[in-house]
Amino acid sequence: MTVGAPPATGERRLTIAEALREAIAEEMRHDEKVFLIGEDVGVPGGFGGAFGVYLGLTEEFGHERIIDTPISEKALAGAAIGAALMGMRPIPDLQYADFLFECMDELVNQAAKMRYMSNGKLSVPLVLRCPVGTANRGAQHGQCPESYFVHVPGLKVVCVSDAYHAKGLLKSAVRDNDPVLFFEHKLLYGSKGREQAGGMDLTAHVPVEEYFFPIGKAVVKREGTSVTVVATHMSLYRSLAAAEELAQDGIDCEVIDPLTLLPFDEETIFASVRKTGRLVIAHEDTLTGGWGAELAARVAEECLFSLEAPIRRVASHDVPLPVAPVMEQTVVPSMARIKAAIQRCCEG
Amino acid sequence: MSPDTCVGSTESGSPQLAPEVDAGHGLDLYRRMLTIRRFEERVYLLYLEGELPGTLHQSQGQEAVAVGVCDVLRRTDWITSTHRPHGHALAKGVDLRAAMAELFGKATGCCGGKGGSMHLGDPSVGMLPAIAIVGAGNTVVTGLGLAFNLMRTDQVAVCFFGEGASNEGAFHEGLNFAAVQHLPIVFACENNLYGASTPFHQVSLVPDVATRAAAYGVRGEIVDGMDVLAAREAAGRAVAEARAGAGPILLEFKTYRFAGHSRGDVRGYRSREEEAEWKERDPILRLRERLAATLDEGVLDDTDAQVDAALEDAIEFARNSPLPRAEDALTDAYATVISRESTS
Repeated sequence: MTVGAPPATGERRLTIAEALREAIAEEMRHDEKVFLIGEDVGVPGGFGGAFGVYLGLTEEFGHERIIDTPISEKALAGAAIGAALMGMRPIPDLQYADFLFECMDELVNQAAKMRYMSNGKLSVPLVLRCPVGTANRGAQHGQCPESYFVHVPGLKVVCVSDAYHAKGLLKSAVRDNDPVLFFEHKLLYGSKGREQAGGMDLTAHVPVEEYFFPIGKAVVKREGTSVTVVATHMSLYRSLAAAEELAQDGIDCEVIDPLTLLPFDEETIFASVRKTGRLVIAHEDTLTGGWGAELAARVAEECLFSLEAPIRRVASHDVPLPVAPVMEQTVVPSMARIKAAIQRCCEG
Repeated sequence: MSPDTCVGSTESGSPQLAPEVDAGHGLDLYRRMLTIRRFEERVYLLYLEGELPGTLHQSQGQEAVAVGVCDVLRRTDWITSTHRPHGHALAKGVDLRAAMAELFGKATGCCGGKGGSMHLGDPSVGMLPAIAIVGAGNTVVTGLGLAFNLMRTDQVAVCFFGEGASNEGAFHEGLNFAAVQHLPIVFACENNLYGASTPFHQVSLVPDVATRAAAYGVRGEIVDGMDVLAAREAAGRAVAEARAGAGPILLEFKTYRFAGHSRGDVRGYRSREEEAEWKERDPILRLRERLAATLDEGVLDDTDAQVDAALEDAIEFARNSPLPRAEDALTDAYATVISRESTS
């Protein structure tokens, strides 16, 4: 068992979906208290979850530990919370993060507060998997609502963007004693999103040996000296692609994947900003009140005199999501918008 | 069955109030109901006098439900409660001193002062911190039942909720989920006729919450919530069914809160005649009359005095307990906090 950064190269490359499946299977073998619960997760002849992550798991673990539920998000979340309070380690699945709003009370008033109200006597160890991201599904099946939950003390919020960290973080989240919301981008499960990701390879090396990646730790995906770019999910890949292009113009981007949004690894960001003197934040969540605003505020508080230019944020515009691709791509942060923001930040 | 028809004697000569309830047991039920009644009365005055912070929701009149249901539960069984949890907490076994200290906001409170009146609870006796969002316990309780099934224990969970919660989506989702998963849960509705000031008939064309059970394919039953022996008997059957794998069950206890909804409620929305009619059925007085037929009056008077003394003791304990440290407000939001040191 190891903890830490991935090796630079390796032979076995997995998609995020494969890595998540492996993490869940390993944790279910490790601890009989781990179970899956959600809609369409184990129905014979079904989908293996909305995005196929659970395919094959029912054959190994059976229907007692892979529990299909009614379309009933409040009950699903409540059941996961109650079971967690009794010492189980549920992995509830919501199919689409947009459906989180169906169970806001359970998450915000119950999961996040039970430990505190009990004066630390109880805990709520669960991992709620929440697929996010624009994929021509419109206003109610494509949101990136992670920032709502960054505002909730008692929750932990994770955003994974590659297979290596997805597996290591999911295993850590299952063993964590707090409720963790685990946000995954739909276009990053397999290779479908490759074109939108600026042609970046969406698989990653995943060692055969067991490993964990800690909650609350950011990773530097690309080292650089000109500007710090903090981005998640598709915006991360678009930032990396933009960085490659900008390198030809002499702009050397340091690209950081925060991985955990709550608690936020601000030290890694502060250290980078103190080095580069510039910060761009990119996320597919909408701009106003997004987690980028919180990060910008913290950097302004702690690193103001290291900054050589105003902080720039690139986010989805403050409108609901349209379906027509030409409009949808206008709303979400494109590589061109990210690139322009970096250039503007480096002009100052 | 009417408990009045059950008074008799066992072969040993011990007077019986009901099957499985002899006079000694009945006296215990009486003591516990009276403890809740006196607790509510005392804390109400303490609030009015400004000694306790916040607000409170009293449950005078509803004691038979809390005590009758919890009497058939084991310590290892669990309950969820509501914004009106004092009776449930004391009935399930939360320590009287710790409950009182919690209302005083003291460090010795059952939640260390972090919960207060609306979140009374103690995991060591099988009670979650009370859930003060109407209906929210109805979904969380399903997880308790699910865990008991997965762990193959024979524990049971009881979800207390009011008739007002039956109009929440959570009531529907929780009951349906529990039904299709065959969970060992008793949903115990305390129908006290009013959601705050709103009468139930204004907000539901179905007068009996229990009839809603049919919509979920589970058994529903209406119970006299002003009679602790009736409440106990119905709860005993329901809990036994749930323990045997035939849950969930929906019980509706017809009851009445003698006090207002919360601290400042002067009850202008209901008649004094209606209140008087329900007070005729005061569960504590009814049981006292029954006990007086078999026990010496002095025994009952002694019990009254013991309850008063226990309340005095709890209040003194709470008064003399230390305040929480202010910095304790910043602990317990997380089980594992990621320290900056470990991430750099």
